[in-house]
Amino acid sequence: MMLSYETVLTTCTYCGCGCGFLLEVLDGEVVGTLPQKDHPVNEGGLCIKGWNAHEFIHDQSRLKRPLMKKDGALKEVSWDEALNEVSSRLRKIKDEYGPDSIGGLASAKCTNEENYLFQKWIRAVVGTNNVDHCARL
Amino acid sequence: MSRLLRDKEVSAILGLRMSHGHPIPYVFVDPEALKDWTVDEINRYPLTKVLIKIAKKHPDLVIGIPVRGCEERSLTELFKNHQLKPDKVKVFGIVCSQELANRCRCEKPYPSSVEEGEKAKPVEDFSDVKKIESLPEEERFRYWMDQFGKCIKCYGCRNVCPACFCPTCTLEDRSLIKPGGMPPEIPIFHLHKAYHMADRCIDCGLCEEACPMGIPVRRLYRKVRKTVKDLFGYVPGEAMDQKGPLEFLGDGSYEVPGAGKIRVSDSGTGPGFE
Repeated sequence: MMLSYETVLTTCTYCGCGCGFLLEVLDGEVVGTLPQKDHPVNEGGLCIKGWNAHEFIHDQSRLKRPLMKKDGALKEVSWDEALNEVSSRLRKIKDEYGPDSIGGLASAKCTNEENYLFQKWIRAVVGTNNVDHCARL
Repeated sequence: MSRLLRDKEVSAILGLRMSHGHPIPYVFVDPEALKDWTVDEINRYPLTKVLIKIAKKHPDLVIGIPVRGCEERSLTELFKNHQLKPDKVKVFGIVCSQELANRCRCEKPYPSSVEEGEKAKPVEDFSDVKKIESLPEEERFRYWMDQFGKCIKCYGCRNVCPACFCPTCTLEDRSLIKPGGMPPEIPIFHLHKAYHMADRCIDCGLCEEACPMGIPVRRLYRKVRKTVKDLFGYVPGEAMDQKGPLEFLGDGSYEVPGAGKIRVSDSGTGPGFE
């Protein structure tokens, strides 16, 4: 088999520090993490989560498609069906109990821009200031 | 190097390539790709450790690798401990700049044979160890306890170490190190590593560079290295035909441990080559 090995520069998704690391890709499979030596944030160091950040990528139990509970069991559904369900239920709650009955928790696993978009959506679309971030929990 | 790849003397070369302005590890298979080849004058990645991972998956390939003085010492240990096969590794000696040698306080900033470049002057600076040695015992103990207390148990010093390869790591042994405990039990956690590396540490200093808490772990390992040298006249990484003093039973003057049992590991490192 032909050998291929490369490292890919990327940013840790675990918290807001934004440490730089390299994902080691051996024959198309992500097999390890190396701290980026010349990154201004972590300067060649990582915490235990960063060192093991590659592990979830190929994990068997990783959620890859939307699942919906039907008749007591999780079933794979299309994105359209899942999103329609979420939006119609949120709308129903908002109409019945008001926008402040809804809150949103953003994630450090998303980018800065995605988090900005999320709080904008919670404030402008849902209509509440109930928005926070997992790094503050 | 391009010729070696073209003539199939090596199947691939593990080195660094420039990617988005950063020199990062890469395996060159296509001679054309060598145009992105680069050498980092400042930062060192644990390339020999990366090589173990690659060689385990591709045991039949001959892989080329540029080696600095420290990386050559690392390879010596990895060959001796059957983690890599000498006939499957083709080394190209490279020199370190004087700046890097000074920064690393490196006793041998060049490998035994050098392809090109001028050798930097060796730096013999053990002032860090001497300084600690000169402190009264109580103060010395407090110093280390303060340092170890900073540990966030990232295992970075172990992960980056180019002489660490055990399939089962004693630092993950539940009976010795409590899982989930934070900070790790001190000083046991750090002394375990120091003891285990006593006859393998090649004094590259990558562990200290990888420590996010700035614990001077290299200072500790240098002291242990010195102790092993003074006691047994053994320097890890120096000679292929010398066994580490912790690898065989001596003349009986040291205590012999009881029979042990090797546990089968579920970690990715796997057992070594035979």
